[in-house]
Amino acid sequence: MPEPAPTVQAVALRKSFGRRAAVAGVDFALSAGECLAVFGPNGAGKTTLLRLVAGLLKPTAGSTTLNGADARRDANVRAHVGLISHQSMLYAPLTALENVEFAARLYGLADPRAAARAALEAMRILDRAGIPVRTLSRGLQQRVSIARAMVHEPTVVLLDEPYSGLDEAGAGTLTSLLNTLRDRGATLLVVTHNVAEGLALATHAAIMTGGRFERFEQRRDATGFDAQRFTSEYRELVGVRHVG
Amino acid sequence: MTGTAAPLSSHPRARAKPVFDWLFVLAVLGVLGVFVRVALFTPSELTQGDAQKIYYIHVPAALSAYLALIAGALMSMVYLWLHDERADRLAESAGEVAFVFTSAVLITGPLWGKPIWGAWWTWDARLSLTLFLWFVTASYLVLRSAVDEPSMRARYSAVLAVLAALLIPFIHLSVYLFRTLHPMPIVLKPERPSLPAEMLTTFTLSVLAFWFFCIVLTRARYRLAVLRDEAAEDT
Amino acid sequence: MLGRAPGLWTAAWSIAQKDLAIELRTRSAFLSVAVFALLALVIFFFAWDPTAVSPLDLAPGVLWVTFTFAALLGLHRSFGAELQDRAIDALLVAPVHRASIYIGKAVANLIFVFALLLVAVPAVALFYNLPFGDAIVALGLVALLAAIGMVAIGTLFSAMAVNTRMAELLLPMLSLPFFVPIVITSAQASTRLLAGRPFAEAWPWLKILIAFDIVFAVACTVAYPYTLEE
Repeated sequence: MPEPAPTVQAVALRKSFGRRAAVAGVDFALSAGECLAVFGPNGAGKTTLLRLVAGLLKPTAGSTTLNGADARRDANVRAHVGLISHQSMLYAPLTALENVEFAARLYGLADPRAAARAALEAMRILDRAGIPVRTLSRGLQQRVSIARAMVHEPTVVLLDEPYSGLDEAGAGTLTSLLNTLRDRGATLLVVTHNVAEGLALATHAAIMTGGRFERFEQRRDATGFDAQRFTSEYRELVGVRHVG
Repeated sequence: MTGTAAPLSSHPRARAKPVFDWLFVLAVLGVLGVFVRVALFTPSELTQGDAQKIYYIHVPAALSAYLALIAGALMSMVYLWLHDERADRLAESAGEVAFVFTSAVLITGPLWGKPIWGAWWTWDARLSLTLFLWFVTASYLVLRSAVDEPSMRARYSAVLAVLAALLIPFIHLSVYLFRTLHPMPIVLKPERPSLPAEMLTTFTLSVLAFWFFCIVLTRARYRLAVLRDEAAEDT
Repeated sequence: MLGRAPGLWTAAWSIAQKDLAIELRTRSAFLSVAVFALLALVIFFFAWDPTAVSPLDLAPGVLWVTFTFAALLGLHRSFGAELQDRAIDALLVAPVHRASIYIGKAVANLIFVFALLLVAVPAVALFYNLPFGDAIVALGLVALLAAIGMVAIGTLFSAMAVNTRMAELLLPMLSLPFFVPIVITSAQASTRLLAGRPFAEAWPWLKILIAFDIVFAVACTVAYPYTLEE
């Protein structure tokens, strides 16, 4: 039986700014229902990697594809992508509902308002729908941001430090939402330095330093990763790189 | 790597000490030579006297400015097409050189104008166009200085340069139409007096000397940009 | 999998609506710019005595200078909201054409500037006792043509300026050289129209202005994707 085509793939991916290589050769392939968690210290190139996969940056060498297409050129493939970042990407003066409804329109949804309400409901923030985002706390803003990213039910979700600013309740909601998506066949790529939260979602884990994957592991069984072992390996790798 | 320190010249990052820029010296000598010829060996014009001699500086400077501006615009287009940082550096160098020559035109213009026309500044169509070119070049340089990130700087200034190239015909049209409908009270208009042989020779030599100087100056500026970028990489 | 790519103009219009919604919600930008314009008109009135020179000669020049600087003030805030929390990233990841972002913002800016004109032109007519009627309408139409050019240029440059250190200074510095043909042609055309001269006298100027608008509306739309990070 042929393997299913990878939904998210990077092949010899490189990105240099001037002579500095932020991403120095990364390869991976994810299929539906898989989640790759990329850990690493600041400056390792994780955010650059995510932006490359999202189609926000052009690779210097190599390629990255979503469902086999180049996200930078193909607008249709972007229709299935959701991006969550530690920055809210919201418009402060507009209400939560207006922000998410705007996103729904950009994704060509048939009933933007209903989809927006449903997305806010899923993140348990529908009661704040009519409030300008500016007046919401950081954690609630992040929930609105997540609702905005999910309103079109993406099959590829890219997350850059998604848990930053979230309280426990918010983090719990996010994790269960992502698990549900993943079980429904979405592909996730999470970039974070929070090992515990990342591993809870992941089917694959990588440690990134200096623009490369120093470790790449696949979860062996349903019990998940050995968080302790992974954390100590991570600390070791990161500690070695950051002398002084 | 063994114990003894490797000599500096084999260090991978060291460049040979910049070779003395002979071409630059030659170009400067060329321009100085033209000055001498203009001052001492070229006859004065009948009606305008010695003041007319600024013409040999003013017009070649303008032609050099145009040369640098065209080069800059072309390099900007090349950058947008190929994203080669060398094209950006050339555009940057050409832009600065254009600024220098445009300023020279704006300074020599009034120096020529005052004794001839009695006014330091007239809204002569060509001078006005040069003034606007000066503003455009200045804004190009200001834009470059306002952006720190190299690829953003290159992108933005290239877009500005290409748009500026589109702008020039419109400024020319507007100013020219303005001038034809609003004749300024100027008695003499010494545009391009038909030049006798000696003056024509001086003029031609001057244009060639200025163009050579313009190219060499751009090249020197380019090398400076290369060194500067390399130094930035190493930090 | 609900999403699909909206068309170029649909997306642009959604973005324009969003910008206008932000504008209506905060209101402060438009009010400040309108008040600035009125103040400038008043100052110019006292600076250039219209009893010495005919108001019909003064009024167009005053209008264009005031309008130019007020429009610049308004254009400045165009891309600020996108940068604040990296909302621009959400736009870039969405299945919209890059050009839609520019067009949407330009349309919103044009509506903003048009609203400004609805304040400024009657004010000029009032202060300078201009004859109402056809002349004012003609003035308004010339102003609209000028606005299109200014907005095309200003929207693109505000996209660039917002990412730089000296955004407030840089936008006027980059835009003003480009505004020169707009202001020359508009002022010349409107002076003639206000003085009741035949349309044929204003037409050569308007021709240049219309050509400018077309060339730069297209050029700036094409140029916008090149300003984005690669």
